[in-house]
Amino acid sequence: MSTVVKAGRFGMFGGQYVPETLMNALTELEREYKKCLEDQEFWSEYHYYLREYSGRPTPLYFAANLTKALGGGRIYLKREDLNHTGAHKINNVIGQVLLAKRMGKTRIIAETGAGQHGVATATICAMMNLTCEIYMGEEDVRRQELNVFRMELLGAKVNAVSSGTRTLKDATNEAIRDWVTNVDDTFYVIGSVVGPHPYPSMVRDFQRIIGDEVKEQILALAGRLPDYLVACVGGGSNAMGLFYPFVDDHDVKLWGVEAAGQGLDTGKHAATISRGSPGVIHGMMTYLLQDSEGQILPVHSISAGLDYPGVGPEHAYLHQTGRAGYAAITDQEALEAFKLLSKTEGIIPALESAHAVAYVQKLAPRTSRDELIVVNLSGRGDKDVYSVLETLKGGGPA
Amino acid sequence: MRVRSVFTNLIQHGRKALIPYITAGDPELAVTEEIVMAMVQAGADIVELGVPYSDPLADGVVIQRAAQRALEAGTNLHKVFELVESLNSKISVPIVLLVYFNPVYQYGLEKFIQKCVSAGAAGMIIPDLPLEERAEITSIIEAGGYPIDLIPLVAPTSRERIGKVVEGASGFVYAISSKGVTGVRKQFSGELESFIGQIRSATELPVALGFGIGDVETVEKVKEFVDGVILGSVLVQMIEEAAAKEEAIAKVSGFIAELRKVLG
Repeated sequence: MSTVVKAGRFGMFGGQYVPETLMNALTELEREYKKCLEDQEFWSEYHYYLREYSGRPTPLYFAANLTKALGGGRIYLKREDLNHTGAHKINNVIGQVLLAKRMGKTRIIAETGAGQHGVATATICAMMNLTCEIYMGEEDVRRQELNVFRMELLGAKVNAVSSGTRTLKDATNEAIRDWVTNVDDTFYVIGSVVGPHPYPSMVRDFQRIIGDEVKEQILALAGRLPDYLVACVGGGSNAMGLFYPFVDDHDVKLWGVEAAGQGLDTGKHAATISRGSPGVIHGMMTYLLQDSEGQILPVHSISAGLDYPGVGPEHAYLHQTGRAGYAAITDQEALEAFKLLSKTEGIIPALESAHAVAYVQKLAPRTSRDELIVVNLSGRGDKDVYSVLETLKGGGPA
Repeated sequence: MRVRSVFTNLIQHGRKALIPYITAGDPELAVTEEIVMAMVQAGADIVELGVPYSDPLADGVVIQRAAQRALEAGTNLHKVFELVESLNSKISVPIVLLVYFNPVYQYGLEKFIQKCVSAGAAGMIIPDLPLEERAEITSIIEAGGYPIDLIPLVAPTSRERIGKVVEGASGFVYAISSKGVTGVRKQFSGELESFIGQIRSATELPVALGFGIGDVETVEKVKEFVDGVILGSVLVQMIEEAAAKEEAIAKVSGFIAELRKVLG
């Protein structure tokens, strides 16, 4: 396999593998986005909503109890769960919807897995008075009933997707099909650092606020950069947002944490980088879980937000170049971490974020007490409490 | 036979190309073979065979379901190539494969092209490989001198891209009738004719129109300004709804025969 080096690529990854019908829309998006990059007014509006509407900056909290419990380096929690709507997703949505308005688009569509990105999109559309339709797999609609109700309450139309595996992958296919059909007036707000160029870069730029804040906060708190950054990776937007400002700080180790589901060798997981191979999905070249014929395989995770067979192309690149490491955490380990953080710190994490916490459980005891570990608490666990209860009653992860 | 010579021949006789699409392996490969034979008998000029894919994002629900059925029936690339080879020994019309990029990439680009050529496929349509990503595959085709066409797709949104998309292309130009995915529709833009005109001013290649065409009336309307029509979902739906393969074959070939009369 040869590496085609060109714009919109991270090494061999990325690109624009989409139907011709969308190409002009992507070119226009890239052009408008580039204009925004230079436009102070755009960014001051973006920061205004992050601050006044979403409540940023989010704290970087020293988790004294968890640090003590694990007996190693000092653990800091980046509290993205304290954002309005309960996750980091809103950072990106504010950016993209402001861009959509500039481009004169009147209709917003989005895909969602756990429902967090759908809720964030419905929220910003309600606030900015835009029509909003969300695509969500039938299976996720069932798993995240409360988020469906939230989106409807916010005035969005939720379309349950019954094709394929009925999860995030299929919701994304359906959103792309909608976009191909309604490309003139519709803006597709992708929820992660995935999809065709320029989405992976654009979403990263809207999420890097996480890492930018962490850098400032850790310098104020500890007087130096952290030794480890840990974040869960489905598509990978919270991780990319945290990592990006540190990519050139080579002493900072970056760890992305994928979902090992029922185990990496069971075939029921979503550990794209750990077990996948390069291929094309949703308009990008990246690692993906596929069979030998290139058919996309069904994936599994207890967490709907990590249940995705691909991964952002920039993560694929960070993995290939060795700049970031990628570990995998099982459903069971994530559930344990979910309980641990709740009990030690009084913070119920999203099941997605619990994967990052679970990795810290493994990592921290191997570190010395003066090392600094920052873990991205990308979302809060309220949405998961009911399904965790069901799982625990059932005697183990589904 | 090459795609281009089919068009040359038709144009000389004032006729239009009839290009039916069906998904290979739906409901099973043996039936696909029989349907293709019947379509050719009924007057198809070029046959477009879909390689079933798990995530066909340019396709509407009808072809998505067909792909799912075909995959569940155990269809894979190896078997599709066997089908192409077998068909080639029985019919003389060109077979064009509609295949998403990932299966091609996993097979290996050059190996895939070689296999197409040796099995006797005359062309490929890759709906998720736009101009920006096609350089690698076109350079392999050129360097190897492989007798196969990579059919370019042009959309109503292509506008100023049209010239670049058709540049260096061979076979014919696949004009996408409307924004959206595959699937029969009743309404078409009034600007269809000027859209085709834009393509013609950029290339000498024949132009065939597809996406959404599902009835004789539409074919009647568009035939005046195109060199061929491509019909897919309407046929796939006939296959889906048929109670038995005999019914599928009869319905599909009956419809093809009807279209043949319209297209000369």
